[in-house]
Amino acid sequence: MTLSAQPLSAAQVDEIMARQPDVFRRPFHKRFAAPLAVAAVTAYCIYAFWFFSIGQVFANGNWNIAGTYLADWVSYEVRPDIEYRDGEIEVTFPRFSPLGENPDPDWIETEQGTVTVIVDRPADNSASAAPASGSFMSPNSDATLTAEDNALDGDAAATPADEGFSFMSPNSDATLTAEDNALGGAAPAADEAVVTETRQGIARALVSIYERGTIDVTPDRVIVTRYNGTLEVLIDRENEQVLPQGPLPDWATQRAPGAKVFVDFGFYGRAEIRHREVKVNRRFLGWENFVFDPASPYWGLGFGEVIGKAFGPPIEEGRSNFGIMWENIVYNAEWQHGDVWIKLLQTIVMAFVGTLFAVFIAFPLSFAAARNITPNRFVNQILKRFFDFLRSVDMLIWALFFTRAFGPGPLAGISAIFFTDTGTLGKLYSEALENIDDKQREGVRSVGAGPAAVQRFGVVPQVLPIFASQALYFWESNTRSATIIGAVGAGGIGLKLWEAMRTNQDWENVFYMVILILIVVFIFDNVSGALRARLVGRQAG
Amino acid sequence: MASTDLHDPDAYVRNGRYDVDRHWRDLVRQRRLYTGLSLGILFVALFASLWFANETNAGKFFDRLPHFFDFVGGMIPRDGWEVWRALFDLESPYYDGSFKYDYPDGRVYFWGTWYVPEYMHKMVETLNIAILSTLIGFIFGFLLCFLAATNLTTTRWLRFFVRRFMEFLRAFPEIVIAGFFLAIFSLGPVPAIIAVSIHTIGALGKMFFEVVENADMRPDEGLRAVGANWTERVWFGIVPQIMPNFLSYTLLRLEINVRASTIIGAVGAGGIGEVLRLSISRGHEAKTLAIILLLFVTIVAVDQLSAWLRRKIVGDQAFQFGA
Repeated sequence: MTLSAQPLSAAQVDEIMARQPDVFRRPFHKRFAAPLAVAAVTAYCIYAFWFFSIGQVFANGNWNIAGTYLADWVSYEVRPDIEYRDGEIEVTFPRFSPLGENPDPDWIETEQGTVTVIVDRPADNSASAAPASGSFMSPNSDATLTAEDNALDGDAAATPADEGFSFMSPNSDATLTAEDNALGGAAPAADEAVVTETRQGIARALVSIYERGTIDVTPDRVIVTRYNGTLEVLIDRENEQVLPQGPLPDWATQRAPGAKVFVDFGFYGRAEIRHREVKVNRRFLGWENFVFDPASPYWGLGFGEVIGKAFGPPIEEGRSNFGIMWENIVYNAEWQHGDVWIKLLQTIVMAFVGTLFAVFIAFPLSFAAARNITPNRFVNQILKRFFDFLRSVDMLIWALFFTRAFGPGPLAGISAIFFTDTGTLGKLYSEALENIDDKQREGVRSVGAGPAAVQRFGVVPQVLPIFASQALYFWESNTRSATIIGAVGAGGIGLKLWEAMRTNQDWENVFYMVILILIVVFIFDNVSGALRARLVGRQAG
Repeated sequence: MASTDLHDPDAYVRNGRYDVDRHWRDLVRQRRLYTGLSLGILFVALFASLWFANETNAGKFFDRLPHFFDFVGGMIPRDGWEVWRALFDLESPYYDGSFKYDYPDGRVYFWGTWYVPEYMHKMVETLNIAILSTLIGFIFGFLLCFLAATNLTTTRWLRFFVRRFMEFLRAFPEIVIAGFFLAIFSLGPVPAIIAVSIHTIGALGKMFFEVVENADMRPDEGLRAVGANWTERVWFGIVPQIMPNFLSYTLLRLEINVRASTIIGAVGAGGIGEVLRLSISRGHEAKTLAIILLLFVTIVAVDQLSAWLRRKIVGDQAFQFGA
């Protein structure tokens, strides 16, 4: 055939169009389906954007915290305080520090030197009657800091500090005035000078934040180095001022002149330079004290040392070393391994028992609901509507309902899964029964089998693989649902997860539990997939 | 099967005769043994699980059973009309200043004295969460699925990466995503949208790429022959034939997402789930029944609508069950 280069005549075009009406004269909704769909989706998105005020929510989101929380999943912070209020440097760690009691990490170096220490500070208190009183009484004086000062002063000036501490109240002015009066009676001498003592002590502390930077602390001056930039901050302890020298680099911020300076090292940590201390947060990759907490005798040892200690002389009379080791792991205060494992097992049990019960109930009921097995329309319809009811009253409603009834715990979860899945499985099973091949039933019946034998040998062998496969599928998917309904109070790991998240402190624990859940889901997926593949052949997997 | 002996007919040949009867009896005996063993293990596991669940529950089953019936009895409202009043935010004759009967306080006015009853507004919110996250899931699942299909993506590592990524999105507990974004955005529906969307991307992506892998490759071959590039091959060769299946799976997902967004709402992300949890825990029976009724009607309506649409789009083959 030769291709004709001649254009088609109008008549020919008309003829072709008349011959192919579904190509050339498609209905409007078919011709413009794609643009219409895009327009509808766009309109809906705009509506949703307005409905949920998404722009505003995103703008108000606390994105800085998001970074910290995410970092908390895989790392932890150590928060030493380097105090220099009295002229001598003291490095303290908060209680329950991941480093245990009395830590001496190698990333904080201290240097001995001559220090002038304020031994007694009457001026600090009586000064309030003198010129400095203005700053004390003013409403914008930092109430908490002042109260804290007194509390921290404990060693140097025991009695007045205790006095002040006991007066501490939410109302700053009241506290300070009361304190003034009390101390005014005890130490009336207004011109008494600060009593100092010069002696040997820690004069300098050097904190290194990996290779990223250093914080060099002396009582009067803090020098922060980050990459190649340097920030020098003078500390005016008398007037409670923090004075950065020169312009602030972009990694440091100060809210008001004289106020504390924030220094940011990114992921690796941050520091707050205050007029009486430097608060350092240094971040470490990993999960701290994952196996043993600092209270354990095995804490801080390497693997070999732990084994050595376990085989060594008894740590405690009357108990084996391995027993102590196991108990220390299970009752680890920070990670609560034992509790987490129990809760995870609860979730697994919830899914397992709930699905199994649902199968036990749905199996006989589905025979009564299938119209080819039970030729009674009334019974069929009643049962089918009952299945629909169980299914459509959401798993959440059942979970809340049973939590209220049985109290929080796996019983509520089991009941919720059982009720919902009896509905779903009953529906699926009766549909499967209605689709069976009738010839086998006929064959069994034709040799004179009774009604029960007809079901047993004519129906069950056909549907059993499908039933089992669907049951396995629901077992697998319920393991996932059980996590979620747990959070509304039905027990299990979901509740534990939710509690850990609500405090915003334990994101590493959340991640630990997520990993455990992912492992369990992965194993169950594969086990159930493999079993289903064996039951019904490859295509069902 | 473990014993090869049983499956070897030659083992049953004695004196030149194959004893089929004995072979059959042995096989049946072995099968009965296995069935009995599996059932035994199943029941031991079941009873151990039940014991464990009862032990670790806050209240023991038989101690709590009377409370259960008390609770069910406590769910009966003072009169039948209370449920309707709660549902439509009408004044209650029992109003005593408490939260229990303050139905009109929940009204959402939008025009003068016209209002949407509180629970319907919340239901719309939950439905919107479900629809929006299904939409987001559809868009991203659609974009990802072609990269995960063996017949369209020949780069092994890309396929592997996309598949693992979707698996990860699917398996990651929704509750954790919701909790994390609740910490950032504070309470509200946006965390629920994000959590449900992320899960939907993974779930739909998996369904989609399986559909793509089963697609007829002849249109693709034709397009390749005339020199179409990858995007054109996908858009003109694959998309037209898979679109009905995609839409059907998306509608199925929408049904699941309505339930999921209700549940996520109950843990603090707004919508009907949250008001339901509050009213159940406070023991407001009329409000609880009104919400359950509304939720029930909505879920049935969404299921029916979706089933009808799916039947229109793909015919009866859409009724295979999947997640």
